[in-house]
Amino acid sequence: MSVTLTERAAQRISSFIEKRGKGVGLRLAVKTSGCSGLAYAIEFADESAPDDLLFESHGVTVLIDPKSHVFLAGTELDFVREGLNEGFKFNNPNVKDQCGCGESFKV
Amino acid sequence: MALLQISEPGLSAAPHQHRLAVGIDLGTTNSLVASVISGTASVLRDEAGRSLLPSVVHYLADGQVETGHIALAQQTGDALNTIASAKRLMGRGLSDVVDQHQIPYRLIDSPGMVSIATTAGPKSPVEIGAEILKTLRLRAEAALGGELTGAVITVPAYFDDAQRQATKDAARLAGLTVLRLLNEPTAAAIAYGLDNAAEGIYAVYDLGGGTFDISILKLSRGIFEVLSTNGDSALGGDDFDRAIAGWVMAQLALPPLDAHDMQHLLTQARAAKEALSVEPVARIQVGLSHGGTIDTLLNRDTFETITAELVARTLKPTRKALRDAKLNIDAVKGVVLVGGSTRMLHVRRAVADFFRQTPLSDVDPDQVVALGAAMQANVLAGNRGNDDWLLLDINPLSLGIETMGGLVEKIIPRNATIPIAQAQEFTTFKDGQTAMSFHVLQGERELVSDCRSLARFELRGIPAMVAGAARIRVTLQVDADGLLSVSAREQSTGIETSVIVKPSYGLSDTHVAQMLQDAYGKADSDMQVRMLREAQVDARRLLDATDAAIHQDGDALLTPVERQLLSHAMYALAEVLETGGADSLKALKQASETLNQATQNFAARRMDASIQQALTGHKLTELG
Repeated sequence: MSVTLTERAAQRISSFIEKRGKGVGLRLAVKTSGCSGLAYAIEFADESAPDDLLFESHGVTVLIDPKSHVFLAGTELDFVREGLNEGFKFNNPNVKDQCGCGESFKV
Repeated sequence: MALLQISEPGLSAAPHQHRLAVGIDLGTTNSLVASVISGTASVLRDEAGRSLLPSVVHYLADGQVETGHIALAQQTGDALNTIASAKRLMGRGLSDVVDQHQIPYRLIDSPGMVSIATTAGPKSPVEIGAEILKTLRLRAEAALGGELTGAVITVPAYFDDAQRQATKDAARLAGLTVLRLLNEPTAAAIAYGLDNAAEGIYAVYDLGGGTFDISILKLSRGIFEVLSTNGDSALGGDDFDRAIAGWVMAQLALPPLDAHDMQHLLTQARAAKEALSVEPVARIQVGLSHGGTIDTLLNRDTFETITAELVARTLKPTRKALRDAKLNIDAVKGVVLVGGSTRMLHVRRAVADFFRQTPLSDVDPDQVVALGAAMQANVLAGNRGNDDWLLLDINPLSLGIETMGGLVEKIIPRNATIPIAQAQEFTTFKDGQTAMSFHVLQGERELVSDCRSLARFELRGIPAMVAGAARIRVTLQVDADGLLSVSAREQSTGIETSVIVKPSYGLSDTHVAQMLQDAYGKADSDMQVRMLREAQVDARRLLDATDAAIHQDGDALLTPVERQLLSHAMYALAEVLETGGADSLKALKQASETLNQATQNFAARRMDASIQQALTGHKLTELG
């Protein structure tokens, strides 16, 4: 199953990468930490690793390592605004439970 | 659900451990807060989408406080309790405030800093600044979705230590952790990425609402050094508004307007000024309170003519700053524009003509300082990799401690990168000495009298020991903002005392240069004096020690003849010490040597006697 970006998220990511001046795409990962066991990581990618799974979405390359992909398959990444705060949000169908703040989750 | 931001590779934070850092431009007229979000520095806006927060605080009788736009609206209605431009008073005593009659508030002289009488009680500039900073902190926390790790706050390059300390105090009061203070021109240069640019000289031309500053920076090895600053603290965009208003009144031959109408006219003048940076003609329309109206057109040429004198006034300090830095215009590699008033086309043209190059202007001049501060805050909070730059400053003059003989022992050398901490051990000079006085100095010369005194403090309660036995560790520490703290600790008991020295800045660059020049020119004679003083100190120590020994063991261990010989040698040395002039080094050394020789037998006998004493009553086997 693929991982996708909403158009809004893709636009933001493209402009961030452009302003940063380098980067081949966006790396999404899941780390084993946080109050509910797993946590998202979202970083600029300067290079891809041999095992990376690559997804193309609205012109942005998304890089995911195979271990993280297990937890991310089918996820859609969105860019939303909540009051003064704006940022990225994971719509992950694998999540069964998440901590109150949503920064970490369980599958 | 928390919203996430993109991190640099390998630096994504653990959940709930985001290192949110902001840069704050605490301005005289307006303040801003910015942060690096997903790798890009951007200014954080309030609910209404406004980035600028007017640096105005309104105190109400019930203790409530309003800031920003709401406070600004009270300025005409409740002038005495609506404080603007408090930055001008930051860290200042009443006697420092030169243009007191121009300040519409009731100033009170408080210890250390002036205060302003308001309906809510006396308020210091620190408290007023803290209200602005608090508003910005709350805005940032709402925008970034969490508590801030820390902030970088910008200050004018010419701020002295008292003003810097006051700014830090204001930040603490506002609940902010100060990662460091950053000079405004340096922040602007960082926003343009000049810290990664070629080394060289850069000029920062900052024309704000009410102040003009010009700074000459030198970039070398990624470090910005402020070579010189100059400016006019009473020249800014507001003067251009007043010039337009004056022109309108003269054109239409208007009688003097009341305060309310004048305020309206100034607001329209300002709008016209801003429009003329884009349009060739602007319309000025004001409905007057007694019924009449003002309606006139102002074209760009006229505007530039009536304000040409104001633009010219910025060039004089600019020329002076270059002269102070001993530089020609050709030496300037780049020019950065800061402040909303640099949007005016004739200002840009004047700067371009003066420096014979197009100034950098693609970053919003209102935001450039805050953006640079945000980039620096992002690095200091640890959101960038280790290979990235970390802006360093240097210690402009050596810092040291006075030692016996009026000499300076340098502890932190000149040009050491700061922050830095260095320690050195000192000891007591006299037997039974229980207190030590420390004198902290700055400068390159060898003698205390030729260096700049920074502070004095005392360490008391040193246990009585023979001279030279106590170990007192003196630590000098300069933090990232150039503030010096000095502590002294007696190692056996742990008693400690310390002092924080404020005026480690305080010196102008020309002053520093002068001090260095003196040091180079007088290196030779300084060394001579140092050797003489050291010999004098040694001689005194020798006399003291001999005197103490004779007092203790003279009767038992010396024959009358020997005693006389010793007295002679002591007398001879004391004579040279007392009467010898600047060239008595050789004589002093000789006399010291003579006394040393004369005491050799005596010293050996004392040693034997004390060993004997130690051994008495013990069996040989016990000493195994």
